[in-house]
Amino acid sequence: MGYEKKISSMHLDILKEIGNIGAGHAATALSTLLDKKIDMKVPSVQVVTFDEMMDMAGGPDNIVVSVFLRIEGDAPGSMFFLLPLEQASTYIRTMIQDRSFSFSEPPYSELGLSAMQELGNILSGSYLSSLSDFTSLKLLPSVPALSVDMAGAIIGFGLLEISQVSDYAIVIDTALKEEEFEESESVKGHFFLLPDPDSFEIIFQSLGVKL
Amino acid sequence: MIEVNTVVRVGIADMNIVSKGSSIRTSGLGSCIGVVLYDELIKLAGMVHVMLPHSSLGKEPSMKLAKYADTGIDELIRQLGERGAKVERLKCKMAGGAQMFQFKSKSDVMRIGPRNAEAVKEALLKHRVPIVAEDLGGNKGRTIEFFTSTGILHVRTVNEGTREL
Repeated sequence: MGYEKKISSMHLDILKEIGNIGAGHAATALSTLLDKKIDMKVPSVQVVTFDEMMDMAGGPDNIVVSVFLRIEGDAPGSMFFLLPLEQASTYIRTMIQDRSFSFSEPPYSELGLSAMQELGNILSGSYLSSLSDFTSLKLLPSVPALSVDMAGAIIGFGLLEISQVSDYAIVIDTALKEEEFEESESVKGHFFLLPDPDSFEIIFQSLGVKL
Repeated sequence: MIEVNTVVRVGIADMNIVSKGSSIRTSGLGSCIGVVLYDELIKLAGMVHVMLPHSSLGKEPSMKLAKYADTGIDELIRQLGERGAKVERLKCKMAGGAQMFQFKSKSDVMRIGPRNAEAVKEALLKHRVPIVAEDLGGNKGRTIEFFTSTGILHVRTVNEGTREL
C-alpha cells in the first residue's frame, strides 16, 4: 500500500550513505565555522510512524531551534536541522562573540537570529550540494526558515506531503556531537532529510538502482 | 470503565475519548488542529488531532480516519455516541491551524493550517455542533489539554505561556 513497503535493506543502505556524505560535509562546515571539533554519528535510516518521528526529536513538546527548508528541483523533499536551545545558544555565542546571547528567553537579538539563520544556511547548503554532486540531481533549496518552537509543530509541517500518501515516513537522521564530551554528553543536533514519497525512485534511479 | 485523574495522550493523526475526572492532551500542534468535542452532562470528551482537511487529499487509501478533518470528526462523533453522548449536547473547543512557515511553493500544503480550520468548521456544521471557543492561526506551536471536570481547554505556547479557553 504505502511507498515505504517497496524499500529493501539495500535501499536503506544507500540512503544511509546519502546521510553520511551530506552530514559529513555539513559537520566539516560547522567545524570550520566554529573552529571546534564536531563529531558525527553513523546515520540511521528509519521507517517510522509520525509519532515516532517526533520522539526522535525529543518528543512533540520539546522546544528546539530549527532551520527548515524545502527542497525543490529533481527530488523534492524537506530538510530540518534541529538543535537543543542550549546548544544553539552556545554556537551563536561563539559566532557573534556575545556571551549574553541565549535562545531560552525571547526576544532574541537580531544579530543572533541572523547568525543562526546563516548557520543553518551554510550547513544545509553543504549537505545538499554534496548530495547533489553525488547523485547528479538538481536540488534547489528554499530560503531556510528559522524557528524556535515545539518540535511537533515544526516537524508536523515537513510531514504534510508524506501524510497524503502514507502513515509512515522514511527519515535519514544524522546526529552531531562535540568530540570533547563524547562520554557523558548527549546528542547535540540532528539533520533530518525527508524526501517526498515520489523522490525516492528518482534518487535511486540517479544512482543506477531500481526501486 | 473507571478513569480517575489520568491524562490521556493523543498522537498526531489520532483520536481518543476520556470520561469524568480525566483530561486529554495533545502536544506540538502546528498546522494540525486539536478538536475537542464534549458532552457536559455526562462529562465525556473526545479529541482528534487532525492533520489534513479532506480525505479526498489522500493519494492512497488510509485506515487512519483521524488524519483528516472530515472523516475524523465523523468518527469521533460516532465513537462518542457509542459511549452515551448525544450529538445535540456536544460542544466544540479547538486550537491549532497555524501557518508555521511562509514559503513560495507550487504545492498548496503551504496554506494547510487555515484550510484545516475551514474543513473542521464545515464538518461541525454538518453535525450542528457549536464551536464555543477557538484559538487558531498565527505561526506558533501549541500544546493543549482539556479537563472534563471543568470543561476548560488549556492552550500552551512557547512565548505566551498558558491560556484558558
